[in-house]
Amino acid sequence: MEKPSAKLKRKALYSRKLKRAAHLLFYKRHRKPGVKGWELKQSLGSDYPKVLRLLDSYLERLDLQVNTVFEGEKPAKQPTLAQLDKARFYVTLRGTIPPKETKLCGWRIDDIAGLAMAIAYIISKKGKAPRDEVEELLRDKLPGWRVDINIDRYLRAGYLAEDENALLYLDWRTRAEVDEKALVDLLLGVESAKAT
Amino acid sequence: MPERRRKKLGEEQLQRIIDLCKSIEERSTDPFLVDLDDVISIIRKYFPEWKSLDEFSLDAEAVNRLASVIKLQSDWVKHRSTSMYTDPFLLEEKIRKLNKDEIIDFFLKAWHPVIELEQISPYSLGKAIEYWQSLLPLDERWQKTQGIATDLGVTTREELTRQKILMEKAFTEELEALWEELKSKVGAEGRIRYWDFVGVDSYEETLQRAYLTSFLVTYGYATLEIYRLEEEMFIRPFEKPVSMVGKKQAVSVPVSISFEEWKKWKNHLQN
Repeated sequence: MEKPSAKLKRKALYSRKLKRAAHLLFYKRHRKPGVKGWELKQSLGSDYPKVLRLLDSYLERLDLQVNTVFEGEKPAKQPTLAQLDKARFYVTLRGTIPPKETKLCGWRIDDIAGLAMAIAYIISKKGKAPRDEVEELLRDKLPGWRVDINIDRYLRAGYLAEDENALLYLDWRTRAEVDEKALVDLLLGVESAKAT
Repeated sequence: MPERRRKKLGEEQLQRIIDLCKSIEERSTDPFLVDLDDVISIIRKYFPEWKSLDEFSLDAEAVNRLASVIKLQSDWVKHRSTSMYTDPFLLEEKIRKLNKDEIIDFFLKAWHPVIELEQISPYSLGKAIEYWQSLLPLDERWQKTQGIATDLGVTTREELTRQKILMEKAFTEELEALWEELKSKVGAEGRIRYWDFVGVDSYEETLQRAYLTSFLVTYGYATLEIYRLEEEMFIRPFEKPVSMVGKKQAVSVPVSISFEEWKKWKNHLQN
């Protein structure tokens, strides 16, 4: 059995690691928020996944979570340490934002609607879609002069990325913040929901 | 149809295939728009006509582009079999029918924004003030730096050689000296064991000799005779440099000059 003093030492150690992990994850250290697995390993030690699990359960009370974004596809099974080292970790909202709080994010309702349309359309096109097609889709509901500005804003914020062939992709922020499957399911379920 | 006309038609068809495949790759449109059987039959039909390098290049490009489209088709099938697959037309239809409030409502249910804080700490403020205080005013920092005057001096050829700025001998001079040495060492047989020629007392010098010997062979001053079964290698000098360009296909012979090999040779020599 572990001695009480050893137990206390371990507790103090993890308490320090928990604080350090919170600082690393909350405060923006690079151009992008979030921290790479290998950075956490350097700062917290090789047991950083355990520290993150502890932090995640602590944040649950505040409706926040530690979100993991893997390089490429999300592993089907338990991720390996190598996959975790390459992944990026963010603190995100665990639940969702009620509509009345939306304006707190600094985005107009039109902007968020346009973003949702663009993301859903790109997902449906297997992750990439020509910019002019997305623009045409948005032009249906937004004034023409705003469409270009809005897409540039989504690009700047990191929700979308554009390549040299004017193809739009989902960028790091969408992968970190948007539950793509839930969004598509909700959009597709709209008819049946209306019918019932 | 005359041959020239047939060829021109074939080239146009291949170019059209390349453009179609390219647009599918770049525009991310449905890769199944390409009828593979049809395209392959066109490529096959015109293949016997091609004679020149340009025509074969065009044919190869068409095949290459087609392979990319087949890969896209394979990816498409894989994606359709995953749970993330959604019929784009169905989804587009749904999106177009929704009003702004409905879209917002759905998006907010799937959106979990990142929490990020930017805050200056007393420590970083202190560091910044410290930096500011140590920073010189712009007019002082941008002052033209005066060059430091030093007395002019002279150097010697030996000094430059020591600093490896000049070589003791020109490369060709060194090569020719080694060639003469080789010729003097071969004796009546006209050849000498490779290691007996390149090997000397120090390993560094052995490396240098092996390096130069490789040029003796490359430039046609000598040739290597290799007996693989006996594991013997000889070097035979020519009386005059022989140019091998265009006569024989050049082959590279890797020769290991490791420290162990050199030691083995030296021990063998002493025994």
